[in-house]
Amino acid sequence: MAAHVELISVGKRFGEKEVVADLSFRLGPGSIGCLLGPSGCGKTTVLRLIAGFEAVSSGEILLNGEPVSRPGHSVPPERRRVGMVFQDYALFPHLTVEGNVTFGLHRWPARERAARVRELLALVGLEGHERAYPHELSGGQQQRVALARALAPKPELLLLDEPFSNLDVELRERLGLELRQILKQEGITAILVTHDQQEAFAMADEIGVMHAGRLQQWDTAYRLYHQPANRFVADFIGQGVFLPGTVLNSHQIEIELGILNGSFPSECTKGCAVDVLIRPDDIVHDDTSPLLAEVVHKAFRGASILYTLRLPSGGTALSLVPSHHDHALGEKIGIRLDVDHVVAFKR
Amino acid sequence: MSAHALPERKAPSAAFAFFRERGRLSAWRLFTFTLCVLVAIPLLVVASSLLHPDRETWRHLADNVLPELIRHTLLLTLGVSVAAGILGTGLAWLTAVCDFPGRRFFSWSLMLPLALPAYVTGFVLVGLLDFTGPIATLLRQWFGPEVRLPPIRSGGGAALALTLALYPYVYLLARHAFLSQGKRALEVGQSLGLSRRQGFLRIALPLARPWIAGGVALVAMETLADFGTVAVFNYDTFTTGIYKAWYSLFSLPAAAQLASLLILFVFVVLFLEQRLRAGMRYTPTGRSAGRERLVLTGFGRLAAPLFCGAVLTVAFIVPVGQLLWWALGVAAQDLDLRYWAYLGRSLLLAGMAATLITATALLLAYARRQQRGALTDAMVRFATLGYAVPGAVLAIGIYLPIAWFDRLYIGLMGELFGREAGPLLAGTLLAMLSAYLVRFLAVAHEPLAAALQRITPSMDEAARSLGLCSRQLIQRVHLPLLKGGVVTAMILVFVDVMKEMPITLMTRPFGWDTLATRIFEMTSEGEWERAALPAVALLVAGLVPVILLTRQTER
Repeated sequence: MAAHVELISVGKRFGEKEVVADLSFRLGPGSIGCLLGPSGCGKTTVLRLIAGFEAVSSGEILLNGEPVSRPGHSVPPERRRVGMVFQDYALFPHLTVEGNVTFGLHRWPARERAARVRELLALVGLEGHERAYPHELSGGQQQRVALARALAPKPELLLLDEPFSNLDVELRERLGLELRQILKQEGITAILVTHDQQEAFAMADEIGVMHAGRLQQWDTAYRLYHQPANRFVADFIGQGVFLPGTVLNSHQIEIELGILNGSFPSECTKGCAVDVLIRPDDIVHDDTSPLLAEVVHKAFRGASILYTLRLPSGGTALSLVPSHHDHALGEKIGIRLDVDHVVAFKR
Repeated sequence: MSAHALPERKAPSAAFAFFRERGRLSAWRLFTFTLCVLVAIPLLVVASSLLHPDRETWRHLADNVLPELIRHTLLLTLGVSVAAGILGTGLAWLTAVCDFPGRRFFSWSLMLPLALPAYVTGFVLVGLLDFTGPIATLLRQWFGPEVRLPPIRSGGGAALALTLALYPYVYLLARHAFLSQGKRALEVGQSLGLSRRQGFLRIALPLARPWIAGGVALVAMETLADFGTVAVFNYDTFTTGIYKAWYSLFSLPAAAQLASLLILFVFVVLFLEQRLRAGMRYTPTGRSAGRERLVLTGFGRLAAPLFCGAVLTVAFIVPVGQLLWWALGVAAQDLDLRYWAYLGRSLLLAGMAATLITATALLLAYARRQQRGALTDAMVRFATLGYAVPGAVLAIGIYLPIAWFDRLYIGLMGELFGREAGPLLAGTLLAMLSAYLVRFLAVAHEPLAAALQRITPSMDEAARSLGLCSRQLIQRVHLPLLKGGVVTAMILVFVDVMKEMPITLMTRPFGWDTLATRIFEMTSEGEWERAALPAVALLVAGLVPVILLTRQTER
């Protein structure tokens, strides 16, 4: 039942404005994909193109290998079997929870319909709320109803537009995990749109980072963090700073904190000036190290402390240090490089 | 949008581009534009007589009636606005913020006077307080024949009647403002050392100012538009001036001239009102949950219910009681076939107008949803401007072009076929209904636009993604969600048309008497008792929207 989705060089323009350009990705059956990017990057438009609410200006969208969108041809949304959970949930205020969930089941026999409602409400943990109206529910409950409603007609593909943005942080994390479980349990292919990377990491198997209408990188969370394809991704995902460095040879770069060993893009040749991405976990606190840096800011995070350090050259770096290493502002502490993945971009 | 996309297009298509959206002719825009034209025609016709004054008519008006009309209109509008403003705000403060015995009862019952048309309150007051009325007679019996009440048929009397009938507008809006501003602001005031009275004057009142002023602007517009009440009190203002110029002097130019002046006054008020509305939009309304009321003690605890009770008695209980008393007295003789004919015509007319206007307003609301943008917004605002135009002005503004068209038609028929034709449009229901449409479109549009706003675009899309086609979408999502708005719009227009007097009086087909025109006819002969029977029917109809309203606002 689960579908695979493929976008081939999809573009969308509104009048003069190009909102999505040359966007391609492929998502296998039962996978959860995520489009991640700052607001206004075009990620929601991509979702609406897949749902069929907008027509593509160029390129092609395939569902199970069947073209559903190409310029001049668009299967209407009601015939795509694509479910959608909206950012504002878009529950029908005149219908009860049961009425909302069965809304898309109007062609089903009554007995199966009733069974499906029971099954779904059990799945999202809303048994006993059949007769409630949307306004009587909390935000999290409304979100579950929206999910149940979208899942009810057994869609080939489920789209979720910022599903947690209206909820508070704690609820967000819990529902995120629950949602992933439900999707995996039902074996549904899903695409999620969010600007929150923690949400993307927690939910998705594959993540596409978008910026200015273009897909920057389509990858797993691990690789997005440790092997970003370009500066935007490096900057957008996780924390870190760029430090200037010089390429020594094909697998070594020297920065002021020492020499880094590893592979990096081949465009950088010997003597080439590069910017090297240093994550907070790349700098380890080590009292025995001769390399000293001054603490200019500290943020207590419970298990660890995030120190902002001033390097001898005057540059700044971040370091994530176990919480019991409590140092005062202005204090000089010893640091050591511990880099697994060298990320460098030509200057 | 398309004009920008294709700059190489030639000039003529720029005009067509206005009606296009993404290259296609937009029926929605055409519809909105047509409505704007329909509103613009009477306004332009009337305004053009301001730009091209007929010197003869003008001099006659200026010499004879104009100074008095201007003085009366200004005095009355100002007096009623101030009085209704103070009365409405005071009552709103008492019922929204304070607590005293009977508060819950008064908070809804003080809206009841809305059910009485001002001219009904007016003629009951005149009947009661006139020289020959029961009260004056009683006073003379008790205290001797020299005892006189101040003359009721005066500007003061008209102002009293209008204030009692119109203060609920201010009351409603001010009450909403006081309820929604919450207690937090007042607590800030208390923590800064303000007494209760200072808190009211320096915090609550300024915060509620846009709403109060909006209510007062409504009152001012209703007063400027009022025809029936001033007719009852024999206190000539522009509206009765227009009517007399038309029906007594048979001078359409004079009537149009007066209408054009009245419209100037209206636009001043309208301009102020629109600016205040903008203010309402930007004023934040804090959460009002968990509020505590100011419990009145001592003198206030006694005076507040007495005051509220006195207002309710004078504005509603006494007029209704007197109406019923009179109606019972004449029912045996007047409750005949003719009465049922008045009632039937009123109901038929109101039903037709409610259907037509609600349908039009619904289309207008959809047009706005379909084509969002500043241009559409401006056109919708213009199309719903008619609520501010007095009925007497609209009657003239609709009648003049129709008479012109009929003359053209009759001339044409004579020339072409050598046959004597009658007027095609004048004195038809069509002319009447289009005047109602212009006047009451806003009344229907407001609840419908609000209802449609509740159907977010994502709800449409959710329904689509769940497999519904357009027809099913309308049937299963839009209709159920719009039902309440449609019913409200129909009721409001229905009742407004039943109560409407000047348009009905001036544009009705010959012999088409309704309840309202019957009231006018009877009151202009001083037969208050016989006007009471049709007024009772209007009261019953008028109670329906008030009950709807109290259900919404009661807390």
